[in-house]
Amino acid sequence: MDIKKAQAASSLSFGEGRAEAKQEYNITVYTENQIGLLNRIAIIFTRRKINIESLNTSPSEIDSIHRFDIVLTETEDVVRKLARQIEKQVEVLKVYYHTNDEIIWQEMALYKVPTDTIAEKVLVERLLREHGARAVVIRKDYTVFETTGHRTETDNLLYALQPFGLIEFVRSARIAIIKSSEGFNRKLREFEQLEPGQEVSENEFLSKRDKVFTM
Amino acid sequence: MEIAQEELLTIVPETKKIKEVSGSVALLEGLVAEGVDTIFGYPGGAIMPIYDALYDYKEKLNHILVRHEQGGIHAGQGYARSSGKVGVVFATSGPGATNLITGLADAQIDSTPLVCITGQVFAHLLGTDAFQETDVINITTPVTKWNYQVTDANEIPEVMAKAFHIAKSGRPGPVLIDITKNAQIQKFNFEGYVKSNHIRSYRPKPIVRNEYIEQAAELINQAKKPFVIWGQGVILGKAEKEFQAFIEKGNLPAAWTILGVGAIPTDHELNVGMLGMHGNYGPNVLTNECDVLIAIGMRFDDRVTGRLDKYAKQAKIIHLDIDPAEIDKNVQTTVPVWGDCKETLPLLTKLIEEKKHTEWLQKFKEYQQKEVKAVIDAELNPTAGEMTMGEVINQLNILTQGEAIIVTDVGQHQMVACRYAKFNKTRSNVTSGGLGTMGFALPAAIGAKFGAQDRTVVAIAGDGGFQMTIQELGTIMQCGIDVKILVLNNRFLGMVRQWQELFNERRYSFVDIQSPDFVKVASAYGIDGKCISEREELQNALKEMLEHKGSYLLEVMVTKENNVFPMVPQGCSVSEIRLK
Ligand SMILES: Cc1ncc(C[n+]2csc(CCOP(=O)(O)OP(=O)(O)O)c2C)c(N)n1
Repeated sequence: MDIKKAQAASSLSFGEGRAEAKQEYNITVYTENQIGLLNRIAIIFTRRKINIESLNTSPSEIDSIHRFDIVLTETEDVVRKLARQIEKQVEVLKVYYHTNDEIIWQEMALYKVPTDTIAEKVLVERLLREHGARAVVIRKDYTVFETTGHRTETDNLLYALQPFGLIEFVRSARIAIIKSSEGFNRKLREFEQLEPGQEVSENEFLSKRDKVFTM
Repeated sequence: MEIAQEELLTIVPETKKIKEVSGSVALLEGLVAEGVDTIFGYPGGAIMPIYDALYDYKEKLNHILVRHEQGGIHAGQGYARSSGKVGVVFATSGPGATNLITGLADAQIDSTPLVCITGQVFAHLLGTDAFQETDVINITTPVTKWNYQVTDANEIPEVMAKAFHIAKSGRPGPVLIDITKNAQIQKFNFEGYVKSNHIRSYRPKPIVRNEYIEQAAELINQAKKPFVIWGQGVILGKAEKEFQAFIEKGNLPAAWTILGVGAIPTDHELNVGMLGMHGNYGPNVLTNECDVLIAIGMRFDDRVTGRLDKYAKQAKIIHLDIDPAEIDKNVQTTVPVWGDCKETLPLLTKLIEEKKHTEWLQKFKEYQQKEVKAVIDAELNPTAGEMTMGEVINQLNILTQGEAIIVTDVGQHQMVACRYAKFNKTRSNVTSGGLGTMGFALPAAIGAKFGAQDRTVVAIAGDGGFQMTIQELGTIMQCGIDVKILVLNNRFLGMVRQWQELFNERRYSFVDIQSPDFVKVASAYGIDGKCISEREELQNALKEMLEHKGSYLLEVMVTKENNVFPMVPQGCSVSEIRLK
């Protein structure tokens, strides 16, 4: 972290050291389903020593198109540059980035707890209900609960269950719905044409430049 | 698994008329269809089926056997740079493939179109640490525009077509196709080769937006001190004419990056010289005085900008580039003109007014005169003491009249050659710009000559870099190509020594390099040559080299401790450029 700050200050870094605040950004990437593409995208971050906080990749609503949801904490300047570098990759169709306000997001968490403790303690049951958790598996020796929510929510249940002998915990990567998105179907049809419409062939961030020009 | 494969292949569909060929033959058919005439390569176990097929394609495909795969890929780069076509390189798996890495990195950063084919172990051996197995796809991912591993011959025609389309379109770059041995051998129904012009996820060029052209033109028309800086994009976009028309209409002074040089002739009156660390005085200082900076097909490399937070802060910036990721990457633009400059420049030219800018142009001349007095005169026309690199280049200019292709290595001689060599034609300067790869010159010159056989090609190398790929003299010997080799020997790793002198209190740490008798080495390879150390011999020796039939090596002993000036020291602003 310190090194990155120092680089930013020297104005030679990727971020050009503009005094912009870092915040969480969600990068959404639509790609072809191609072996090796995950690596090609990952090294765009690692080369610049930027940490990916969460990464989800799965088939999208469209056959053969994959979707990456990437979360990181950076300035917008850095995120915009990363997005352009990602979109430059041959097998990437489109990249978007959004702040948390612009998306609806969720992470899923699983908790494994000894069955006897929860059976004994009524407290636990109430606790689980409060956190909207549900049992996925109940066995003699252990029970697995599941809950979905924001990071703080899944964290809260984690802290709450710890005193009751929590055995194992896992949390999924973040997945997000973009509030303003109209889906990718129409865009894809445009991509399939040799002469695409303006929107497709241009970089997504171009429109943001409209206000920049002053004379 | 291998046996199973073979069995499968015996089931030949008798009804179909489509030709059944091996993956290797399909690959070579693809190369022929793409108009490839020359391949630089080196065989080995995992690529033997392709080499076996190549035996029958000798008439159509001229394969040049290099001495090291790095030499092969640099030759491919030289070929691509001089011809404007895609360079093609073959290497085997494992060490053959890893020897390509330096060239891939070089081609990636200098946007050179290449298609490299590497052999790979049988598909069923992937991931078993088989003999000469290396994870080539993952090793080359950061240094390729695109790469792909073929494990089935059926994929070959389409993958090759994609490879060529990607390598040469948009912002060009190197592509690597790794082909497992089974796919090279496997027979399949080859339905012919169809070139690719569309990949749905790939947009080689952004669409041109008229409002940005209009905004850019308005800025240029209102400018009192407009300044054009151009890079290799003009050459890669084959937009030299469009570029010249643009600067001529607006009378816009224009300076170049070392990859952009030659897009307009050196003597053009609006050509005000070289940018960057060892560039000319005026273009560097005036970058920080212009009111509108028009960057065309260049990427604001740190060697060009010096300290970024003191770079052209007073100016409005217009950036023309085909790669959207370059816009605002290093320098924040006022108007981004996205697109292919071959399309955007004529649109811009139409909208700009004819102007004189007499006073502003005069400023460049004044700085030029200062630089001539302080640096250039002594470098180009010394009368006493040992020879300088500059005077060698100057004498070469007189003889070539700017018609030769100059291929440089990396170091002081590179900066001197780029600063002083005269170019009348585009695609005349081949140098390793972004990566600064020592050892580039000799193999790249071989490739450059294959790419432009009617032109004189002169490789200029230092005594250090020449030894990095000196083995390629063997390639010259075997293929009999005519490359002139000029070694400027200062008995030092000169550029590093210069930095040690200027910034490390002359603590010359391991820059004192010994060399063999280069003329004797050349002679062992059947290449004639000469070594000179006296000024009086220079003109005749250069003449002899240029007039010699076939390759020739001329070693010129130059001053040991000369420094390249002007210089923008690292971490300084371009306006802090030092004349001494
Ligand atoms: C492969 C490689 N290794 C190291 C360097 C660092 N380097 C840059 S210039 C230079 C010295 C070059 O010496 P020489 O080839 O004799 O040329 P000169 O500078 O003397 O003209 C070195 C070592 C490099 N650019 N490339």
